[in-house]
Amino acid sequence: MELILSTLINGLSLGGIYAMIALGYTMVYGIAKMLNFAHGDIIMVGGYTIYVFMAFGNPVLAVAMAVFFCVLLGITVEKVAYKPLRGASPLAVLITAIGVSYLLQSLAQIVFGSANKMVMVYDFGSVSFLGVTLQMSAIVTLAVTVAVMAALTLFVKYTRLGRAMVAVSEDKGAAQLMGINVNGIITITFAIGSALAALAGLFYLLKAPSISSTLGAMPGIKAFTAAVIGGIGSIPGAMLGGILLGMVECISYKITAIAPYTDAIEFSILIIILLVRPTGFLGKKRREKV
Amino acid sequence: MMNKLKNFRWNHYINYIVIGILTAVFSVISLTGGHLSSSMLFLLEKIAISVILAVSLSLVVGFLGELSLGHAGFMCVGAYLGGKVSALLADSLGDGVLNLIISLVVGGCIAAVCGVIIGIPALRLRGDYLAIVTLAFGEIVKSLFQNTSDESFGGALGLETPRFDKQYLFIWAFLLVLLTLAVIQNLIRSSHGRAITAIRDNEIAARASGINVTKYKLLAFTVSAFFAGIAGVLYSFSNYTVQSAKFGYNYSIEILVMVVLGGMGSINGSIIAAALITFLNTKLATILTGDLAVLQNFFYALILIVIVVYNNAPALKNFRDRYNIQVLLHKISGLRKDPSRITDDRAKWDVVPTKIEMNEILSIDMKPQNTRADKPDKGNGGKR
Repeated sequence: MELILSTLINGLSLGGIYAMIALGYTMVYGIAKMLNFAHGDIIMVGGYTIYVFMAFGNPVLAVAMAVFFCVLLGITVEKVAYKPLRGASPLAVLITAIGVSYLLQSLAQIVFGSANKMVMVYDFGSVSFLGVTLQMSAIVTLAVTVAVMAALTLFVKYTRLGRAMVAVSEDKGAAQLMGINVNGIITITFAIGSALAALAGLFYLLKAPSISSTLGAMPGIKAFTAAVIGGIGSIPGAMLGGILLGMVECISYKITAIAPYTDAIEFSILIIILLVRPTGFLGKKRREKV
Repeated sequence: MMNKLKNFRWNHYINYIVIGILTAVFSVISLTGGHLSSSMLFLLEKIAISVILAVSLSLVVGFLGELSLGHAGFMCVGAYLGGKVSALLADSLGDGVLNLIISLVVGGCIAAVCGVIIGIPALRLRGDYLAIVTLAFGEIVKSLFQNTSDESFGGALGLETPRFDKQYLFIWAFLLVLLTLAVIQNLIRSSHGRAITAIRDNEIAARASGINVTKYKLLAFTVSAFFAGIAGVLYSFSNYTVQSAKFGYNYSIEILVMVVLGGMGSINGSIIAAALITFLNTKLATILTGDLAVLQNFFYALILIVIVVYNNAPALKNFRDRYNIQVLLHKISGLRKDPSRITDDRAKWDVVPTKIEMNEILSIDMKPQNTRADKPDKGNGGKR
């Protein structure tokens, strides 16, 4: 019972982090139609920003600065690396994104060195529930993720800006004819995605207070997996995929026999789901028109 | 005889000739005097491995137009299986040439089987999704070999392979480079190769023209994986030990950088870039040690971004057409471009022409020969 409950909470919280990152992927993919490989590394930049600003001792300031810098970085990357390639082949855009990801990682290594840095953001302590000790940070992570998800869904559904985003993702040309500033919308999408990545960086530091230049690489790839499983372009899909992947990872870690193969299991799930249902669970099927 | 020489298309075979001569020179030096240091031999082997990898990845990325991020995964399969076979055969066959050949065949074939397995999702998925599947494949392979038991594949410590005579290994490696070139270059220049590039340029149009997309995608993936496996076996022979940590995502990216740097869809470019990057990597590794080592990655990333943006940005198209290496070469040599070789290589990969554009294209190609000059038929194209 104890084991099941703690695994459940841990899985949900890890899934929340994945969902947070997957949201960034899914929104950017839905609107700019590109896989932003550098998204995972923005998490890492967020983590390092928190590390730098924790020198002032104020966690709120550090998180605010992390969000600010990540948004700035996301917009810069979009303007410098991706915007010139709008209209070019998707392969070129994808390779550029990989280049940006590599660039950010090596830049972080140059600035901060290759050794792991320790940073304790805030200790939420733990709570006892039904005789089980639970990490409070896991619950906070889950709560914030759900809140963000709900806010984002409402934003997309009910505000002018959100509806403009949906319009751009449906048909860029038609949206432009309706007077929507497509480039502006794409920039805003990158900004939102980067802000979510900064929060994901915070949650990673709450989970394990150590940071390195490759912090974002694996979670980035796994979160993309989550986004694909849930159906890319769909906000609830990102949540579903993230939670599913987080649960699978936590359960697999608990079973000794398959624990070393956790990564392999997660990626196999991705391949199987893509083969059976290429659009994911909640994705819309789109036919390619000539 | 003269005529035959005149018609011999040197530019088609120049890479065989250059590599052949270089191989011959180095083998003569190595076999007669043995003046090549062991680090030099190791560098030559590494260059050969990189060239095989880059040329085989070029088939999928440059010619089929699909991004594969799992090339190191195929190499990993080849290295482990080939290495295992050679270790098993070492008792009965010794560590001679026969052992090498059997290991190469086994490693290459099993990697090719993996290529077929990865090629099947490639039939249903395109672009980003396929890239992520190949990446997942690479990670799965790495993780599986990392967690094997010590007796089977050595686990995290790595698999030990027999010691092949170093003085000869690089010659075999370069012969394999020539084999790779022969197979992939002839494949690309055949009608099969044109079908593969047609799929890259426009899959729907290729399908509509009766090209069997399934067959050619699988073919490209399988051939590419086979040679990656061969490179893996060579790697296991060259390093004496195989560790799966080497074959991660980063290594796949390194191979991709070679292909992109050399120019997508250019075999010779891939060869030059692979040799250059491997050489620089080895030399830089001795200069940039410790914390400086990361500078290398930084510059690769920068070069990758700059080259891709420069080569693909729609805004820079006119600039590219005016100033590029080919124009420069023609200016220096004073040669005019052979009009028969001028092709429209600026075809947009994913844009299907609209009806109006199609009419325009047809009106250029199918303009009747005897149109009177005073009656231009623009806009009425195709109709006589």
